[in-house]
Amino acid sequence: MADSYEPGAVPDGPLLEVEDLYVEFRTRDGVAKVLNGVSYHVDAGETLAVLGESGSGKSVTAQAIMGILDTPPAVVTGGEIRFHGENLLAVGEERRNEVRAEGVAIIFQDALSALNPVYTVGFQIEEQLRVRQGMSRRDARDRAVELLDLVRIPNAARRVRQYPHEFSGGMRQRAMIAMSLALDPEVLIADEPTTALDVTVQAQIMDLLKEIQVERRMGLILITHDLGVVAEVADRIAVMYAGRIVEHADAVSLYRTPGHPYTAALMDSLPRLDQKGSTLNTIKGLPPSLLNIPPGCPFHPRCPRAEDRCAVEVPPDHRLGLGRTSKCHFAEELVSRV
Amino acid sequence: MSERSLRSEKSGTERSLRSEKSGTERSLRSEKSGTERSLRSENPGTEPILEVRDLVKHFPVRVGVLFKHTVGQVRAVDGVSFDLNKGETLGVVGESGCGKSTLAQVLMRLEPPTSGTARFNGRDIFAMRGAELRKLRRSIQIVLQDPYTSLNPRMTVGDIVGEPFEIHPEVAPKGSRAGKVRELLDVVGLNPEHLNRYPHQFSGGQRQRIGIARALALRPDVIICDEPVSALDVSIQAQVMNLLGDLQSEFGLSYVFIAHDLSVVRHLSDRVAVMYLGKVVEIGTEEEIYNHPMHPYTQALLSAVPVADPTVRGQRQVIRLEGDVPSPVDPPSGCRFRTRCWKAQEICAQEVPELEPRGGGHPSACHFAEERSVVP
Repeated sequence: MADSYEPGAVPDGPLLEVEDLYVEFRTRDGVAKVLNGVSYHVDAGETLAVLGESGSGKSVTAQAIMGILDTPPAVVTGGEIRFHGENLLAVGEERRNEVRAEGVAIIFQDALSALNPVYTVGFQIEEQLRVRQGMSRRDARDRAVELLDLVRIPNAARRVRQYPHEFSGGMRQRAMIAMSLALDPEVLIADEPTTALDVTVQAQIMDLLKEIQVERRMGLILITHDLGVVAEVADRIAVMYAGRIVEHADAVSLYRTPGHPYTAALMDSLPRLDQKGSTLNTIKGLPPSLLNIPPGCPFHPRCPRAEDRCAVEVPPDHRLGLGRTSKCHFAEELVSRV
Repeated sequence: MSERSLRSEKSGTERSLRSEKSGTERSLRSEKSGTERSLRSENPGTEPILEVRDLVKHFPVRVGVLFKHTVGQVRAVDGVSFDLNKGETLGVVGESGCGKSTLAQVLMRLEPPTSGTARFNGRDIFAMRGAELRKLRRSIQIVLQDPYTSLNPRMTVGDIVGEPFEIHPEVAPKGSRAGKVRELLDVVGLNPEHLNRYPHQFSGGQRQRIGIARALALRPDVIICDEPVSALDVSIQAQVMNLLGDLQSEFGLSYVFIAHDLSVVRHLSDRVAVMYLGKVVEIGTEEEIYNHPMHPYTQALLSAVPVADPTVRGQRQVIRLEGDVPSPVDPPSGCRFRTRCWKAQEICAQEVPELEPRGGGHPSACHFAEERSVVP
């Protein structure tokens, strides 16, 4: 366990906090402003969903938290990432490794490419136990079997000796979860954990994640583009667009009265399971290029509500009560129309 | 995934494969029986444009390096029958490995079937040769899932969309091609002046539009859409779905719309076929499948779709399936779903349930079919 804080003590402030984070990708084509002042936090036992389309910066934020950004081209140009109040961007690599091991763990969308194909699943779980906790081979093996059992992989004692390719897609994701839980992290970041899976398997994996989270009082950051999955598990939701959090709200309020035109448009463009619709509402145009983000509100060229000021003034965070915020000039109006 | 890797091992064994027709196929054939009527859509006056009967596609599983021998068959598609009417969309849903993409490839005649027939306007497409086959290829086109890998990065958009005219010059004489390509780009909502750009200069949604323009070039009657929107973001997905809908009414197209996203399929489909391990387990109108599902698998599938409404959290009845889909190399005896089914009894292991009307009226393949409403 990391020893710079008392595990039992009530920490001051949130467990994990990202504040005003800026990340750029310095590429040959220019500087892509990937994150432009992202702030969110997660507490123990809580699920924060980070919702956004590709290129919105949701995965880059996660990578910045884990300290696994590809540098170059990625450069963190501002902000803080605090874990138990300690700014991770200011500490050395050794401490970072410690946090990566015991503090914050991550699981990725594509479990097949996240697992090493030439080692057994068991070895990959045991490795961290042996390195970080100095376990013997045998103890580590026993623990790995326990972990696979915990994530409900049938026949764990045999499966632990198998290679990733011998696992089905759902089982690989379970193995990834087992691996991330090995060192008992306080925060788990799940980056599109079920996107590559079928819907019946997705339901199994989300159940499992939820159950483990409640049991261990883990903070869970769920990164996804799926409005359905978010509605099922999230306590709070942060909606990202062009490297900003454009709206932040508790799940029920956000779905009832979206406080940002982008959130509203996303929900409108979903086909429905319970009725056959006619034409879907779409969001016109394309997400902006991060090399060239529109001035003012980045959503204004696609926004049905946009007025002249939107192209000029960057909307600040409007506080809407109950911890809700929205980066839209007309946020109050949007929330009050019911 | 296993399908793909196995396919690469296929080599020239098609003929031997054909002669290997095992007893199962014959027995499958005898399954045909009285479902014939119920496979048709109830829409009177509409002609079926594509009639698929007992379509089977098995891929041999071969081992060894020098002396390869076949050790089994991947039963990717194992007796699929349906009708597609003119101007209609038939949705095909199912999880990965259920054979829906193989079905698309066989219908495109990219893969020869192991057995079964598919009649296009009354003529068996698997018997076609020469000029007739060339004509067929104009009539049935496909839109693929991944707009990133299905477009040649070294060809300009104009060349990609115009290439079908090279192969079928009778559709557009050389002089008129550039104009036709511009027209097509315009139809799918792209700037016709972008003719000389390369695929990498377009976003995912725009690339999918290029793929659609290419499929439209030869004025087909049927377009097989194999997961056309699953690689796209939500906001872009809606645009492409609307485009597909508009094109259908404009050109009177018939779609076979393959997808795993049940909401997407409902939105576009008139009728829906649910596949599991190479078989259709239930087929009916969009209303019948979604509001009155009869087969336990359809019910489980529908109930597992997350609902975008946090207020119903925990109140929704969700049928949780245990385990994974079994391997299509060695599917369970009798009903293929029985290993994950909560209703399974002895008869399910012994007797293959036929796809026939049960209770609710539309065909389902379950010995214990019973309507259960799962969509809120």
